[in-house]
Amino acid sequence: MTVHDMKHAASDSARLEAVGGRLSRVDGPAKITGAAKYALEQQLEGLTHAVLVGATIAAGKVSAIDSRAAETAPGVLAVLTPDTIMELKGASDWLGNPSPQPTYNPLAREVTYSGQHIAAVVAETFEQAVAAAALVKVWYDETPAIVDLSDGKAGDGIPIDAMTKEWGDAEAAFAAAPVRICAAYNTPREFQAAMEPHGLIARWEGDALTIWEPSQWLDGMARTYAEWFGVPFENVRLVSPYIGGGFGSKALALAHSAVAAAAAKMLGRPVKLVLNRPQNFTSYGGRAATRQTVAIGADRDGRIQSIVHRGVNETAVDGMWVEPLGSVTSIMYATPNFSSKQNVVRVNTVVPGAKRAPGENPSAFGIECAIDELAHELGIDPLEMRLINYAEQDPHAKKAWSTRQLREAFAAGAEAFGWAKRSPQPRSMRDGRQLIGWGMAAGTYPVRRAHGEAVVKLLADGSVVVESSSIDMGQGTYTILAQTAAETLGVPVENVSVKLGDSHFARAGVTGGSRLAGVMTGAVYKAAGQALDELIGLALSDPRSPFQKLQANTLQVRDGRIASSRGEGPELSIAEFMAAVGREQIEAKGDTLPASTTAEERYANYTTIAKSIPHTEGDWSRHSWCAHFVEVRVDEDFGTVRVSRVVSALDSGRLYNPKLAESQWKGGIIMGIGQALLEEGIVDRRHGRIVNGNFADYMLPTNADIPDIQTISVGIPDPHSSALGGKGVGELAIVGIAPAIANAVFHATGKRVRDLPITLEKLI
Amino acid sequence: MRDFSYLRADSIEAARNAAALPGAMLLAGGTTLIDLAKCGVAEPSTVIDISHIEGLNAVDVTADRAVIGALARMSHVADNPQVRNLFPAVSEALWQAASAQLRNMATVGGNLMQRTRCPYFRDPANFPACNKRAPGSGCSAIGGVTRGHAVLGVSEACIATYPGDLAVALVAFDAEVDLGERKLKVEDFFLAPGATAEQEHDIRPGEVITAIEIPGSAAARRSTYLKVRDRQSYEFAAASAAVGLELESDGRTVRDIRVALGGVATKPWRVRAVEDALRGKALDEAIVREASELAMEGAVDHGANHYKIALAPRVIARAILKLGETA
Repeated sequence: MTVHDMKHAASDSARLEAVGGRLSRVDGPAKITGAAKYALEQQLEGLTHAVLVGATIAAGKVSAIDSRAAETAPGVLAVLTPDTIMELKGASDWLGNPSPQPTYNPLAREVTYSGQHIAAVVAETFEQAVAAAALVKVWYDETPAIVDLSDGKAGDGIPIDAMTKEWGDAEAAFAAAPVRICAAYNTPREFQAAMEPHGLIARWEGDALTIWEPSQWLDGMARTYAEWFGVPFENVRLVSPYIGGGFGSKALALAHSAVAAAAAKMLGRPVKLVLNRPQNFTSYGGRAATRQTVAIGADRDGRIQSIVHRGVNETAVDGMWVEPLGSVTSIMYATPNFSSKQNVVRVNTVVPGAKRAPGENPSAFGIECAIDELAHELGIDPLEMRLINYAEQDPHAKKAWSTRQLREAFAAGAEAFGWAKRSPQPRSMRDGRQLIGWGMAAGTYPVRRAHGEAVVKLLADGSVVVESSSIDMGQGTYTILAQTAAETLGVPVENVSVKLGDSHFARAGVTGGSRLAGVMTGAVYKAAGQALDELIGLALSDPRSPFQKLQANTLQVRDGRIASSRGEGPELSIAEFMAAVGREQIEAKGDTLPASTTAEERYANYTTIAKSIPHTEGDWSRHSWCAHFVEVRVDEDFGTVRVSRVVSALDSGRLYNPKLAESQWKGGIIMGIGQALLEEGIVDRRHGRIVNGNFADYMLPTNADIPDIQTISVGIPDPHSSALGGKGVGELAIVGIAPAIANAVFHATGKRVRDLPITLEKLI
Repeated sequence: MRDFSYLRADSIEAARNAAALPGAMLLAGGTTLIDLAKCGVAEPSTVIDISHIEGLNAVDVTADRAVIGALARMSHVADNPQVRNLFPAVSEALWQAASAQLRNMATVGGNLMQRTRCPYFRDPANFPACNKRAPGSGCSAIGGVTRGHAVLGVSEACIATYPGDLAVALVAFDAEVDLGERKLKVEDFFLAPGATAEQEHDIRPGEVITAIEIPGSAAARRSTYLKVRDRQSYEFAAASAAVGLELESDGRTVRDIRVALGGVATKPWRVRAVEDALRGKALDEAIVREASELAMEGAVDHGANHYKIALAPRVIARAILKLGETA
């Protein structure tokens, strides 16, 4: 793996390398120069190429497959069908629940969505596999499909009791409230749309399987492969040095992964399988389409008396995904009466999955638009409305917030934006034919916590190596772990190299839910602290150590040099010291688990999410918070919306690296702009098929769509949330952007658009 | 993608000879051909690479006419100072097309041959019916997802929108396409689907586009291309207008006006009804808006694209009024 060049520019921080310093991404130069080798770029001797054949119907049975033409096409090694692919064992789910089926076939006989994999062609070259895949003939017995939530056959769905949250008598209090609003808010099917496609290279050597695959969760995916093929967990090695965007989509081993690994086993040769762009829209789930109704009853002074919330999300015919739609609704505002319930509706789609802030993101779209509607109804400023109903404690868990700098976020954001100058009436601000609107919304994301391990090695040359099976998908793990090790050990950050993305390294759980930074800085802090203790202990006690005769209680290490804290006696670099005592290396493994944790519990901790620690554990309710202030310009003739200004104030607790945190926040805001104005998986209702599954037609924002974005950190260290005081960063900022934009569009035009995205035809 | 043979043409004559072969397709910038080959629409048996032919990329502009070699890159033409000065709508249309990366590769000759973005046309595996690809097989778009589809020049055989920008400006200013033996008005080079949706261009086997010629005019000098879309960049037009304006010496009466529409029709769509209604009239917002509505005569929507009927006249009106303000 690459040892990164530590090149960092001048910065406003005196101690760039310390935790909290604005160190530039240490993996940046390797990525910019192309030196960074991604999983799918692995070159292997004898590599073969697999290409998938997808179902062209959304529901029915595969009645026959004629693969003869493909089998005899040039270069073809095998055509795999549901009948010819090797049998796999059923693997447990991400909670560790065993599979209900003893066997698993990643190629479908029963088709439940368009694009589902039904065959695969393996050939010597990629081009040969593509050509032969087009020759596979498939016959179907088609049955009627349920294409989406609005399908007449969809019904009301399945109630998810675990999602019900209720206190007081919400319906009665709503009915009795002097001011009431009630509206429906919809979000479409959206996709993670990572630049790097999904795919993998699989190679078997006897019973040992190596997988090169972009992954947000090496240990979890390795477990799935091990269970599919009935080999020990230790026999599976997953390698994922860099990830070109995951956004929640790359945490699980999927059907195409199983096909490639099975093909490699059957052929006895390594197999590479990369999903093409349209397949990236049908082979794994994006964000489920959602429907919500939000009813709020309030006093005339704006105090909320009741919130009644009902939500629905789509899921698959043969898979369950619950997008928790009441997650923000239930905690953002103080209310004496509350009710939230949720159903899921099965439709013919690939099972939806996690996309940045699953649950919180659509939940905030509902409640944060509804609050704006209530504010307008009452003639109260939307910011004032939020302050009137400020929740001083978690209204659902009835626990104190660990930290909640939301009031500070409102104040700092409003000040920087100039919110006080807002003209309250819709359509009251314009520049020629451009209607100008100012809108705002709040956002939140829970602090998800788990455990991780890290190994820290001090080498003979004084350099430091940090190893972890956690990953960096652009959020900055390489960088902040280098900073953590450098600060803890007292060495220059240039001397630290961080190695990630190999499941044979010290273990880590899933990189999702904005938990990794808090978990891994804690683990590295512990491991580095142990390594430092061992170094100093050795220096004080080893007869060969020049420090032994000092009779000191401790020593200090600064800038990679060991010296007495009192400034007396010798001063040695770590390399000089290691030479003096004749040590090759000092190695320490640190983890954040209690010492009593059993091996079985550790395995479950790293390979499932069942051991995640609830954010309301103990006395505290732990969340990140943010407030977004947005200006839009809407062309009154064309209905086009452009975001012209964004100011966001965010509370992610202590920032391990403000520069990287700001980048993540901005990334979330940009993704939120896309969600608000552009993104929508469009389904042909006759065929149940996504028709815009490519980057020209599935609209993501371009640079030209993004204005300058100002982010303001209002966080303070939160000791209840993580070892070093940070809260979640990555998912927070996308929560609340879409409602802030929708509210700004209402302010600009007087038109309330409650269906995302807000495209031009909805405004002309 | 299936195997094909590759020929490099060193001269126009060689290109013409090779282009007459059955199943032959020309390769210039490759931005359309390779894309369509990847999605299984283009299946050439022979690819003739014309990108190395000398002398086909010149941009020669005088007040009388612009002659643009077929192999000139879109970005190169867009940035030409004389094109910007004498034919601003042409430059603006090019700048607003595609993305920077595509404009650096794509040629103007190839741009005229760009195919529709109709999602049904582009996905033969899932939607076998398409009269453009397989004459007589039907149209999958009608009754499907039609938000981007055409409202003008449509037929029962096809409602696919012509996606380009440059040709809209060319049609407005009576540009011609040079095919060697023949020169055609760009407006006639593009064919509305009628009952033969597979025929998009009046080009015969063995013909190669060598140049585009645009006559200079006062209207071309005072022209603009306005493109409206949800995304600020790298999106096809929801509606666009190329407009040129020449005023009488009073500074308000229309002497000459050119209007063409993009994003709403099956081919680059000249709207003479709007031109005729405004020629000789004094520019006035109400008059311009009323006249612009004439562009939608005969428009037929298929549900989700209904908004285009309201949008397109507004785009025309805005472009005309913007040019009028610069008097």
